[in-house]
Amino acid sequence: MAVNLKQLTQHEELLTGGHRACAGCTGSNILRQIMLTAGQNTVVGGATGCMEVVTTIFPYTAWRTSFIHSAFENCAATVSGAETAYRALKKRGDLPREETGRKNFIAFGGDGGTYDIGLQSLSGAMERGHNMVYVCYDNEAYMNTGIQRSSATPLGAFTSTAPAGKVKQGKEQNRKDLTKIMVAHNIPYVAQTTPFHWKDLATKVEKALAVDGPAFLNILMPCPVGWHFDTAIGMQLAKEAVESNFWPLFEVENGVYKINQKPKERSPMENWMKQQGRFKHLFRPGNEAILENIQTYVDEQWEKLLKLEEMTAK
Amino acid sequence: MSFLKNSELHEGGIIREAGNAHDYQTGDWRTFVPQFVEENCIHCMFCWIYCPDSAIDIDTSGDKPKMKGIILDHCKGCGICATECPPAKKGKAALVMVREEK
Repeated sequence: MAVNLKQLTQHEELLTGGHRACAGCTGSNILRQIMLTAGQNTVVGGATGCMEVVTTIFPYTAWRTSFIHSAFENCAATVSGAETAYRALKKRGDLPREETGRKNFIAFGGDGGTYDIGLQSLSGAMERGHNMVYVCYDNEAYMNTGIQRSSATPLGAFTSTAPAGKVKQGKEQNRKDLTKIMVAHNIPYVAQTTPFHWKDLATKVEKALAVDGPAFLNILMPCPVGWHFDTAIGMQLAKEAVESNFWPLFEVENGVYKINQKPKERSPMENWMKQQGRFKHLFRPGNEAILENIQTYVDEQWEKLLKLEEMTAK
Repeated sequence: MSFLKNSELHEGGIIREAGNAHDYQTGDWRTFVPQFVEENCIHCMFCWIYCPDSAIDIDTSGDKPKMKGIILDHCKGCGICATECPPAKKGKAALVMVREEK
């Protein structure tokens, strides 16, 4: 399944311009790239969040496919329902013949709608084994409502509900590893990627859509508003998140781990963090210990991942 | 922009015209605008794949896809295209961000 840009340019653009995402938003680019690969025969559902709001401000929609609105907590349930209804109608012969081909069902949720609020419905849908793909665009906080902390926010990051001041220095807990929680559901395909790695992303979307059963994609989405960086460098930050092992590119196919990119020499977390305003306070004197904690945590997680790859290799 | 009257809305608030956000102009959000320097362009399509606003106009009719320019109705001037442009890294940028005079 080799993907190249020339092929992708031949595909139909299913997310139009004119949506109201912020300038420099890498999230709308994630949707675009996924839809380029998924194609017209796709039913999309969106949990409340940045991407649902900006693409469908009434009376406009930026989607050239069908799109279903959902509340924060039930996007996976909505899409799994649509998928079941489609199967039932097909079985009963209630669909016109041209509609009985393969359809893709994709649910989109932000990290708030996936890691926190929508976790129960996501877990249910994955356990029931629906033929759907759940995509989490992870910008590491509730950006749409004003940058509140979520369980995806990394240690030390500034958010409006975990601020940095004289007493506290941003979020005090490490982020939750949702990708591994999804692996624990023993579903056929789980992967992690970023929009900078378009080839990796397109391949993973293709694989996720091709499997029989549920698949989960976790995609890092640098957010210029919440992470406080210049709008032009969003994609570079996605790249550096991978180079520093903060966001490793890996996939788990039927329980077998595969790391898609191993940096020859991992770059220190500081280089990545220095470019983001949300970590600014950590570079003040007295916060060296937090910086060290962050680096240790990232290195530990990477070591674990290497071991998992080795352990599950066939 | 005109708003719909209540009598013109579809039941359940369904939007029947897929992709009608295409008619909505977000170009006036811009402060900086990418300028396309055609002679430096290697038509690698990196700007096209990385654009968050589907604002890169390409010609796919030929053997190889060709970059034609920027769709100014949608471009928000974020500058991702100019940052990711490979010729720019060699000092011959095909996309240059300049302050837009209105």
